[in-house]
Amino acid sequence: MIKLNANAPNAPLADQWDAYKASCKLVNPNNKRKLDIIVVGTGLAGASAAATLGQLGYNVKSFCYQDTPRRAHSIAAQGGINAAKNYQNDGDNVYRLFYDTIKGGDYRSRESNVYRLASISPEIIDICVAQGVPFAREYGGLLANRSFGGAQVSRTFYARGQTGQQLLIGAYSAMSRQIAEGRVKLYSRRDVLDIVIVDGKARGVIARNLVTGEIERHSAHAVVLATGGYGNVFYLSTNAMGSNVTPAWSAYKKGALFANPCFTQIHPTCIPVHGEFQSKLTLMSESLRNDGRIWVPKEMEDAELIRQKKLRPEQIHESKRDYYLERRYPAFGNLVPRDVASRAAKERCDAGYGVSTSGRAVYLDFSAAIERLGRSEISARYGNLFQMYQRIVDDNPYRTPMMIYPAVHYTMGGLWVDYELMTTVPGLYSIGECNFSDHGANRLGASALMQGLADGYFILPYTISGYLSSEINTPPIATTLPEFHHAAREVSDRLARLKETNGKESVDHFHRHLGKIMWEYCGMSRNEAGLTKALGLIAALKQEFASGVKIPGGLKEYNPELEKAWRVQDFIELGDLMVRDALLRKESCGGHFREEYQTPDHEALRNDDEFAFVAAWEHKGRDAAPDMHREELRFETVKPSQRSYK
Amino acid sequence: MIFTLKIWRQKNATDKGGLVTYKIGDVSPDSSFLEMLDQLNQQLVGKGEDPVAFDHDCREGICGACGLYINGRPHGPLKGTTTCQLHMRAFRDGETIYIEPWRSEAFPIVRDLIVDRSAFDKIIQAGGYISVNSGGMPDANTIPVPKPNADSAFDAAACIGCGACVAACPNASPMLFVGAKISHLALLPQGRIEAARRVQKMVAAMDTLGFGNCSNAYACQAECPKEISVANIARMNREFLAAKMFAEKEKNVGFTL
Ligand SMILES: Cc1cc2nc3c(=O)[nH]c(=O)nc-3n(C[C@H](O)[C@H](O)[C@H](O)COP(=O)(O)OP(=O)(O)OC[C@H]3O[C@@H](n4cnc5c(N)ncnc54)[C@H](O)[C@@H]3O)c2cc1C
Ligand code: FES
Repeated sequence: MIKLNANAPNAPLADQWDAYKASCKLVNPNNKRKLDIIVVGTGLAGASAAATLGQLGYNVKSFCYQDTPRRAHSIAAQGGINAAKNYQNDGDNVYRLFYDTIKGGDYRSRESNVYRLASISPEIIDICVAQGVPFAREYGGLLANRSFGGAQVSRTFYARGQTGQQLLIGAYSAMSRQIAEGRVKLYSRRDVLDIVIVDGKARGVIARNLVTGEIERHSAHAVVLATGGYGNVFYLSTNAMGSNVTPAWSAYKKGALFANPCFTQIHPTCIPVHGEFQSKLTLMSESLRNDGRIWVPKEMEDAELIRQKKLRPEQIHESKRDYYLERRYPAFGNLVPRDVASRAAKERCDAGYGVSTSGRAVYLDFSAAIERLGRSEISARYGNLFQMYQRIVDDNPYRTPMMIYPAVHYTMGGLWVDYELMTTVPGLYSIGECNFSDHGANRLGASALMQGLADGYFILPYTISGYLSSEINTPPIATTLPEFHHAAREVSDRLARLKETNGKESVDHFHRHLGKIMWEYCGMSRNEAGLTKALGLIAALKQEFASGVKIPGGLKEYNPELEKAWRVQDFIELGDLMVRDALLRKESCGGHFREEYQTPDHEALRNDDEFAFVAAWEHKGRDAAPDMHREELRFETVKPSQRSYK
Repeated sequence: MIFTLKIWRQKNATDKGGLVTYKIGDVSPDSSFLEMLDQLNQQLVGKGEDPVAFDHDCREGICGACGLYINGRPHGPLKGTTTCQLHMRAFRDGETIYIEPWRSEAFPIVRDLIVDRSAFDKIIQAGGYISVNSGGMPDANTIPVPKPNADSAFDAAACIGCGACVAACPNASPMLFVGAKISHLALLPQGRIEAARRVQKMVAAMDTLGFGNCSNAYACQAECPKEISVANIARMNREFLAAKMFAEKEKNVGFTL
């Protein structure tokens, strides 16, 4: 029986991390050289971890599926990264960032991890600036900040609308320096398909070389998964096309628990869906909400005319516009948290006030801001986003309000980890978006980047040494061990089976179908009947896939269809787990809205008495239902309260 | 919309390869270029043929993975636009479109439209970083940076490493890429310390990796999807000259002491 214990140090919250660092075991430099660590993923979490572990003297083997680490999905993050620096003297501090993050997660994350994240945040900015990340500056030469959805202080650091890109280039260059010094060995264009476990410990991975199709074995004393989120389970999302759940899913099948899988963040400011062949949704930074006002027509007839393209939004008089966020949430207005903004948009569209031809869009209007600040200031703040919008939608947002709609953006669930970021499999770590740890039910903006870098630069390098200090006498792990043979054969067999299926439909066909089920029944809002229906639909889809998928090309060559097929097969299984998790959580919290549980004015109704826990799922075999384990969450420092943004 | 596509097909690095003609109909003008290729691939898979392999990931113009010659131009006809952000409304209905991989000795073809750009990583590994460890940093605001410098550093750092500059250049020179990196770091006080070493090492790496030299054609700037300026090449040349002179001096100092 698995007993979940977060293992937070026994000390007052604010002292826990110092206490941990003061007592954790270290590995001496001569021994570090003898220890191998595999880091899968080169996003912010993986690249910062590989760079730091290399710098410390370990032998690091770094993997990514892209051609170079610099293209990892983190590169797409736009808005910014939070840190409790209080450079603006507006009353920010570590406690407040901690508090906001716990509250923003709707009291479904762990106090100890979140406090540590907040307390490390200032150092992240220091290292990034030292690396040359060109953050925005004031005229006096000091760093600039802005405020981000859900926060009342300006604590977000940013590099125009391309913060993720600049942070990743920083981490990638730090990693490149270690590659040049021989401390990090890079394996790009590798698809990590399985984790190898020897005597109960994670000892390596099986990877497919995407160019040659060769199945490779790689060993190490510890394995770190930094493989990002699984938003692509919805087919349409803001994630990079290759983002996937595969390494985390294989860890789950090998005994790691998968926590809170149904917690998905929906982002309110994305470019709406336009057509059938659409492959992804583009997010526009939420910073737009700082100056844009969101509205739909007050009159149903106006909305109808707009949808028929008989009326332009500019022609609708101010008095006939419904600025519904300002109306419903006067204190936060257009800056309410993402789940609130997203649901409110959906509510208006469902009620018939949507504005694109599909009826699935609301306006984000900059005319007032342009009048107040001037076009050039608006263009300085958001120029690249306006350009991007114009390119995709073919419309000029300086003149006509943008159309936006919510889209799947970030997954808060992931592999369960303890305070040390270790999964339930000894020696297997999970960092960044790949784990479940710090964001609870509704991550706020600008905290994922913070977490990825905190994990990689500052947390994992300490916590992993405790584990490795007991491995210093273990010689390099041989990839000829039977466990490696076995895992490699299983991978080859599954690939061969996929290839031989010889059905009629393409992989994308199944993926699109899965996405529709997930969005419809396990998306922005869910209910018992829908979720139960989804379980049946997913089971049927799994069957259809098993006999109906068609994959051209060979096994021993570059074969993108084969690559996708494996991922989609995993996504189908994950979809099943997400639905089970959503069914079980009979409450609404954060971005997870169960329609049966709402307040009279349609806000999320949490149930702390029964659901203040992490649901961590254990795989019980191919055809058995998974088991759920609970990690009870205790709130000793912050008292849970109902969120109110009125 | 309907199109005739002439696409470079090549099974692997050693295969000879050649242009193959495909017809595609029912393309929405709102589709991106890559979505149009997806649509073609769905047809090919339906017929049991190998889909066209191309590199892509973010599909929002920031990761730098995508990159093709479209009618002979890197990333196609629009200025400042990556292939994934190019939409079919930029083409005439019924048009014939040529689609080929980057062609440069330093970027060998992997398959179809995919090339190996790891030479760029090697250039960065040679010195495209500031040598700092993650730990014991001074507070970020102890290093003030004049806003104009920070802004110019950002402009240079916006390079996505797609390789269009190499593909556009008659000499396959990567100087826009290298110049952008040099500028990004040289404009910041943190990056100044190693500036001389950095530029020499990066230029040396560039020379050994099979790239050509800049002859001021400026095609790189014209085709760069992020509109990186050739002023960065000028800055790199200046940094390089200064570094060389400085190195001579250092040597002399070394001798006399
Ligand atoms: C459009 C967009 C905007 C965002 N904006 C913000 C923002 O402003 N602020 C903020 O805080 N957060 C933002 N986020 C969220 C944030 O970007 C991510 O949560 C974060 O970057 C995840 O980083 P990561 O290192 O955990 O994973 P990723 O960056 O996703 O990296 C995953 C890595 O794993 C590798 N990998 C995955 N699967 C495999 C496999 N099978 N084999 C081998 N390698 C594999 C990949 O190659 C990649 O290197 C945004 C997200 C999106 C989509
Ligand atoms: S796919 Fe990322 S830039 Fe085009």
